[in-house]
Amino acid sequence: MNAIPDGRAREAAVLAQGVSRWFTDTRRQRHQDGSDAPAGPRRVVALDRVSLEVQPGELFGLLGPNGAGKSTLIKILSTLLLPSEGTVRVAGYDVVRQAHQVRRRINMVSGGETVGYGILTVRETLWMFSQFYGLANGPALKMIDEYLETFGLADNAHTRVNKLSTGMRQKMNFIRGLLNDPDVLFLDEPTLGLDVQTARIIRDFIRDWMRRRPGRTVLLTTHYMAEAEELCDRIAIIDRGRILACDTPDGLKRRVQSHSVFRIEAARLDAPPEADGRWPGIERISWEPHPATGRTRITVIAADDAAVTPLLADLRERGADIIHLSKVEPTLEDVFLQVVGRGLGEHSGA
Amino acid sequence: MLEELERNLRAVRARAYVRVVGTFRELSWVAFEIAMPLLSVGAYVFLYRALGAPERYIGYVLLGGAMTAYWLNVLWSMASQFYWEKQSGQLEIFFITPVSRMSILAGMAAGGMFMSTARALGTLVLGSWLFGVQYRMEGIWAGLGIFLLTLAALYGLGMVGASLFMMYGREAWHTANLLQEPIYLLSGFYFPVRALPRWLAAAAGIIPITLGLDAIRQVVFPGAVDGLLDPGLEAALLAVSCAAYFVLAHAALRKLEDLAKREGRLTLRWQ
Repeated sequence: MNAIPDGRAREAAVLAQGVSRWFTDTRRQRHQDGSDAPAGPRRVVALDRVSLEVQPGELFGLLGPNGAGKSTLIKILSTLLLPSEGTVRVAGYDVVRQAHQVRRRINMVSGGETVGYGILTVRETLWMFSQFYGLANGPALKMIDEYLETFGLADNAHTRVNKLSTGMRQKMNFIRGLLNDPDVLFLDEPTLGLDVQTARIIRDFIRDWMRRRPGRTVLLTTHYMAEAEELCDRIAIIDRGRILACDTPDGLKRRVQSHSVFRIEAARLDAPPEADGRWPGIERISWEPHPATGRTRITVIAADDAAVTPLLADLRERGADIIHLSKVEPTLEDVFLQVVGRGLGEHSGA
Repeated sequence: MLEELERNLRAVRARAYVRVVGTFRELSWVAFEIAMPLLSVGAYVFLYRALGAPERYIGYVLLGGAMTAYWLNVLWSMASQFYWEKQSGQLEIFFITPVSRMSILAGMAAGGMFMSTARALGTLVLGSWLFGVQYRMEGIWAGLGIFLLTLAALYGLGMVGASLFMMYGREAWHTANLLQEPIYLLSGFYFPVRALPRWLAAAAGIIPITLGLDAIRQVVFPGAVDGLLDPGLEAALLAVSCAAYFVLAHAALRKLEDLAKREGRLTLRWQ
């Protein structure tokens, strides 16, 4: 899947062309005979010929499960990792040969990051990072105070970092990412592990920042569908290192709109049956068991409404109780299922 | 160009600030890092007194005890700091900023020197008072100059170590462990290094503290005639090693960062 529109390459905020990244795994591997002898280095492909273009002013999302290659791509874009092959330009500069120029124009915020030193206060920590971008003290502290106010951290400006809650720490980290007013801001799962309210504050801020700073670009990785749908102008679905689809949220949903999408809630379903074309007309199906309730949430993408009938009969035959069945408007979750072939929460089995 | 320089100087100051602030905010070090070194220094003081060694040996030991603060700082808070930063995920944040790695390390070094000087001064002042150490006042300025050269070379060596920790992570611990204790012996922390076989003392000269301690002892303690080399020559060698370590650190940081990015080790935690 190539996510580059024709003839627009020169102005891109982010331009990746045929980017692959592989790692060599030299760990000992267990052989089929049970021995644990070295089996030679194994190449693990994290990114497979990814091409991508993000325009200035765009809020672009990378949506994929854990291990899909999102963070690897962000690390390459932010000059922390070299691509094994392919070329990458960020803000007009090559990330390999002009890394210093790229660094002046970017910043990155990752979810779950430990930032700063516990002994410093919030304001001191942010001042410290502002100095790495050469900001003069006065304007830097003025900006920091304004951001602390915006994020509701003003009262904690003089609190030591080791006394902050997870949410407060992530807000501080987020402010750190804005200190150099980056042309391109990479957000790698920025709301990971945050409470609903803090995640909401951060999402609102991202939208507002984009509005107030025309031309600034955000590349967001997430595995929260709602977050991607709410924020992003365009979304690329990435799985096993490959971009499988790239479009606006509505454009992606249109891919499923000609199909019927059903949500089924079933109880007493011991193990999901193998699909393998067992139910004609059903194109995709995902099973999400909830051990706490003993129920299984089933999402079905079918060619037409009638296709779901044999599936329901099959489930009943297996002793399952159908608690709930509804036909729904397709969401990004369903697009993901359609494109990738499994739900976001399902194990890849790779 | 000027903008680059300003940014890097700001980075040095900002990174040093953490350690300067740390020195004042966590005062527990006063008990552990002044009192404890004084105990080991005290053991040597009484040993030398029991053996009837010249009185300047008491000064030698005290100076060696004070210098341990710098050696430990370089080894565990300078060379290995990139390892800790990597573990906490902070290395990534530092490395996406447009400043030289040398500036980040120079900031750590400056802060580390401040922190270690506070500890070393505590040991030196308290030890001098307790054990009645005599100094040659006319040699104090020369001693201070050699001391600063020693620190510059020593922290240059620490920067070389930082490049190894950046690349190899925990594997580099073995090197640091390997260096810690033997250097106390090889650099003559508690005795004049001339007592070692000549070839061994010369080889130990690769560690700046060896030449630094020997030269400072010769210029600040009265009657010190047991130096390895002339203190002027030792100062010159220190200046050369200082330049050599900085050049080596610069090259090693560049090379190993590139290799780490190629192998994916720069962002790899729990390595």
